[in-house]
Amino acid sequence: MDYDKLFQTLVNSATLGSTYALIALGYTIVYGILKLLNFAHGDVFMIGAYVGFGVLTVFGGAVDPSISIWLVLILMLLAAMACCAVLGVAIERFAYRPLRDAPRIAPLISALGVSFFLSYSVQLLFGAQHKTYDSFNMAGGKLYEPAVTVGSFTISWLRVITIVAAILLMVVLWYLVARTRIGKAMRATSIDRDAAAMMGIDIDRVIMFAFVLSGALAGAAGVLFALRTDIFPQMGFTPGLFAFTAAVIGGIGSIPGAMLGGILLGTVEALTVTYVTDWIGIPVGLSNLVIFSLLIVFMLIRPQGILGRPDITKV
Amino acid sequence: MSLLELQGVSMAFGGLRCVDNLDLHVDAAEILSVIGPNGAGKTTLFNLITGVYEPTDGDIVFEGRSIKGLSPHRITQRGIARTFQTLRLFLNMSVRENVMAAAYGHTKAGVLRSILRTPGMRREEQEIRELAEQRLAFFGERLTGYRWDQPAYSLSYANRRRLEIARATATNPRLLLLDEPAAGMNPKETQEITELISQLRDEAGYTILVIEHDMHVVEGISDRVVALDHGVKIAEGSFDEVATNARVVEAYLGTGAAERK
Amino acid sequence: MSEGPRIGKDEWVARAGENIARNRLLRLFDRIPGWARLLAFVVGVALIPLITDDGYINAVVFDTLIFCLLAIGLNVVVGWGGLLDLGYIAFFGVGAYTYAILSSEKFDLHLTTPVVMVIAVVLGALLGFLVGLPSWRLVGDYLAIVTLFVYQIFISIVTNGHDLFGVDLTGGVNGIANLDPFDFFGLQIPVSHEGIFNSNYVYVALAVFVAVFVALYLVNHSRIGRSWRALREDTLAAELMGMPTDWLKLLAFAFGAAVAALTGSLFASLKVGVFPETFSLTLLITVYAMVILGGVGSQTGAVLGAVAVYVFLEALRDPDVSGWVFYVSIVLALLFLVRPRWMVAIVLAATAAFGFVVHAVVGAIDDSWTAGAPPDSDRITRLLDSWVAIPANPGDAKTLAYVSLVALLLFVTTLKGVWRWAALVPTLYLAAFVWENVLSLQPDVTRFVLLGAMLVGVMVTRPSGVLGEHRVEIV
Repeated sequence: MDYDKLFQTLVNSATLGSTYALIALGYTIVYGILKLLNFAHGDVFMIGAYVGFGVLTVFGGAVDPSISIWLVLILMLLAAMACCAVLGVAIERFAYRPLRDAPRIAPLISALGVSFFLSYSVQLLFGAQHKTYDSFNMAGGKLYEPAVTVGSFTISWLRVITIVAAILLMVVLWYLVARTRIGKAMRATSIDRDAAAMMGIDIDRVIMFAFVLSGALAGAAGVLFALRTDIFPQMGFTPGLFAFTAAVIGGIGSIPGAMLGGILLGTVEALTVTYVTDWIGIPVGLSNLVIFSLLIVFMLIRPQGILGRPDITKV
Repeated sequence: MSLLELQGVSMAFGGLRCVDNLDLHVDAAEILSVIGPNGAGKTTLFNLITGVYEPTDGDIVFEGRSIKGLSPHRITQRGIARTFQTLRLFLNMSVRENVMAAAYGHTKAGVLRSILRTPGMRREEQEIRELAEQRLAFFGERLTGYRWDQPAYSLSYANRRRLEIARATATNPRLLLLDEPAAGMNPKETQEITELISQLRDEAGYTILVIEHDMHVVEGISDRVVALDHGVKIAEGSFDEVATNARVVEAYLGTGAAERK
Repeated sequence: MSEGPRIGKDEWVARAGENIARNRLLRLFDRIPGWARLLAFVVGVALIPLITDDGYINAVVFDTLIFCLLAIGLNVVVGWGGLLDLGYIAFFGVGAYTYAILSSEKFDLHLTTPVVMVIAVVLGALLGFLVGLPSWRLVGDYLAIVTLFVYQIFISIVTNGHDLFGVDLTGGVNGIANLDPFDFFGLQIPVSHEGIFNSNYVYVALAVFVAVFVALYLVNHSRIGRSWRALREDTLAAELMGMPTDWLKLLAFAFGAAVAALTGSLFASLKVGVFPETFSLTLLITVYAMVILGGVGSQTGAVLGAVAVYVFLEALRDPDVSGWVFYVSIVLALLFLVRPRWMVAIVLAATAAFGFVVHAVVGAIDDSWTAGAPPDSDRITRLLDSWVAIPANPGDAKTLAYVSLVALLLFVTTLKGVWRWAALVPTLYLAAFVWENVLSLQPDVTRFVLLGAMLVGVMVTRPSGVLGEHRVEIV
């Protein structure tokens, strides 16, 4: 039993999972209120990564920043969150709101259009070549040094930061949704929009707030994700799909569900890549095949997700 | 032997028993009304009979054969059709098409024959068309002529209810389930519907099971009445017997009223 | 940007209002009988290879027909069955790879093309049934997700298929090359004729298209088509009216998949090879755009949508043509959206004046801000050169201008009346600036940017598509 490999896999799960959870939360919040699959969400995530890159460049880059790299990182996160929150609101206002009463497929297609527009715009403005935060060289390589040591296993600073940041954001989100008035308004709207409106809740404000939250989380996820991998215009698709799946598995519309789904999916992905591919004897590239096949089976058994409630329609 | 028989049927959603150990029978060519306060389980009853729900207990027997567990379209093909409490028309299809669509269950032109346009397929299409027009003509002038080609959403409320009944009859049923056919109608329209339901049985020979709140209608059409409350049958008999039954009065008007009797 | 008071949500009244607004041109179009329209289309397309020898144009026509086929196939699933199939392109890919495996050097199989097409159709239908099975348990959005998974599985297999338990089935990222040309029981149609695209392929594609179009039309005008419409209206009611909705949904799914697979094999017969990257999400969204823009449920709409979108995309590739397309589209959009119509002339004139002024001022401040040369110089662009400011070194201004343009455009839609016309002037000028300095430089990318924008724009203004019927929905 290779404990080192197992441990690394588990740490991978946590890191991947927490990032997926952040993105998944965005999907689930929007779906809960609008019953809309926000296909553009993955691209908002991508823009967050690019905004982070922009901020990093403004301050001189990873190797020799003009101010402390830790400060730069925080600024990158904040900038990405702010920009993506605004972007989310703009998308809602111009691409989804006019379609609130239209047939269900219309906002979906609009979302696809927005997704197209965003990813190709970025390609137009910044080119298709991969860019990188160059986190290897940040703070003289500190990010990849061990931060936590458990016996003979280590977890790097980078992973610690990612996980901690994600958890912090989720706690803030939980507080906002569970303990504030607008959070309550959001929950009410997601159960019955018309009834909420009749109770005096400003639906437009609530929806806007939902998009602010979902955008901010996606932006943060973008920066955290980009610390560990390259950025490129189409980068939003696969993580977006995974995160969306995570939201569905956890129970779409359920916030704890999204968090649970994210962790679960991160674990499934990490385990499959490390162990299952060897076990079945297929190349690592086919790990997606295994993952998605499992997901299909899961969806058939329990489409409402782990924490979701089954849809009971009154006849 | 009864046309339809429910034997000890129960429907539980988790801990909630919407229908509790219900015994019910409908005889051929009779009109049976089901009454009861809201939430009594009447529409659930219809959903059980038509296969939307499967009973958690008991059996449902139609024309001697059990229909429990069959999918709804199979049950319809066996000869049971219904209308809905909250209208469910095919709004964007024309009036005629709504009714033609319901003929699917007893027609058989498949993909290949449709593409090749065989004489058999074309004849069947013609028959379906005539069937639809004939069923719509049952309602007099209201749903005929130029109306045939109008989209269903252009119909007035009362006409929509009529269309739904016409559509149900196009499945060639032997048992018709009408869920609050007079809901939302003014007195004149209610009177028409009452006559219509009797006509459906007298002229067309359908056995009819009706859920209704309007007691004038119930009184006007029913051979027998069954009263439900909280999923349980509390009375059965002629209209007069049920209307004066103490438990029924209590269910509708409260204990005070029952005591005042 | 829908103008005017809304008459509440009463469906019939809203519909009446929509009818009046519905373009007179479209109503005229509706009156021409279906067969006449098809005939006109066929004749029109058939004439093209006779008129021109240009291999490029004939290739575009062929590709357009491929897209038309894909569009009408998707229309069956989405438009008639009401199912969101986001994995549709996977079936297209299956058809293409089937051809590649059965008619190439790869396994040294050289089956004749009609046989391969039949195999592709059967395979597509079978897979369609399989993939459609989840629709029995899942509704709407959940089904869409599962189909997306299926697409991912397809991509995964195809990209890594060079090592499936030791077998090289799909050639992995490099795909399968050296495909046989179209082979009709021994009669081969060479892919190119002295280096030029063989226009006979246009006729082959046209024949396949007509056959599929007519077959689907006939199915739609039968009890099956009627039941599809009913199930799309209200699935539960359809089920209770005797229609086996589960099976009918599967049928729609399988039909769409079969058409896609057939198209895939046809497509492959022309190509030199098949590669995984052809079957991208971009392709999926493009086909969806075609069907949606044309109006979901309308076969004619799907075809017109396919032609319009594909020609639009191709035209934007050519730097000479793309500028024209852009500016003309803007003028057309203004004519369509701005009321009263004579206002358009005023806005354009104001923009021209505005532009010349800005150009002069900016040029006076700093020469380099207008010194950049346009990519080509014919009379029109030289005129533009003195109107649009094209800096020698745009740099970061590009991003700023782009983002500002998007923000400004969106802002303009929120304005009303005089303010809107006034704000349009600098917006249009900025649009020209962004076009000349950013968009026109990378036509391959720009066309998708514009397609995305167009999708959103059309959806927001006409949710039922350009040719779609205004539908009433029970929410």
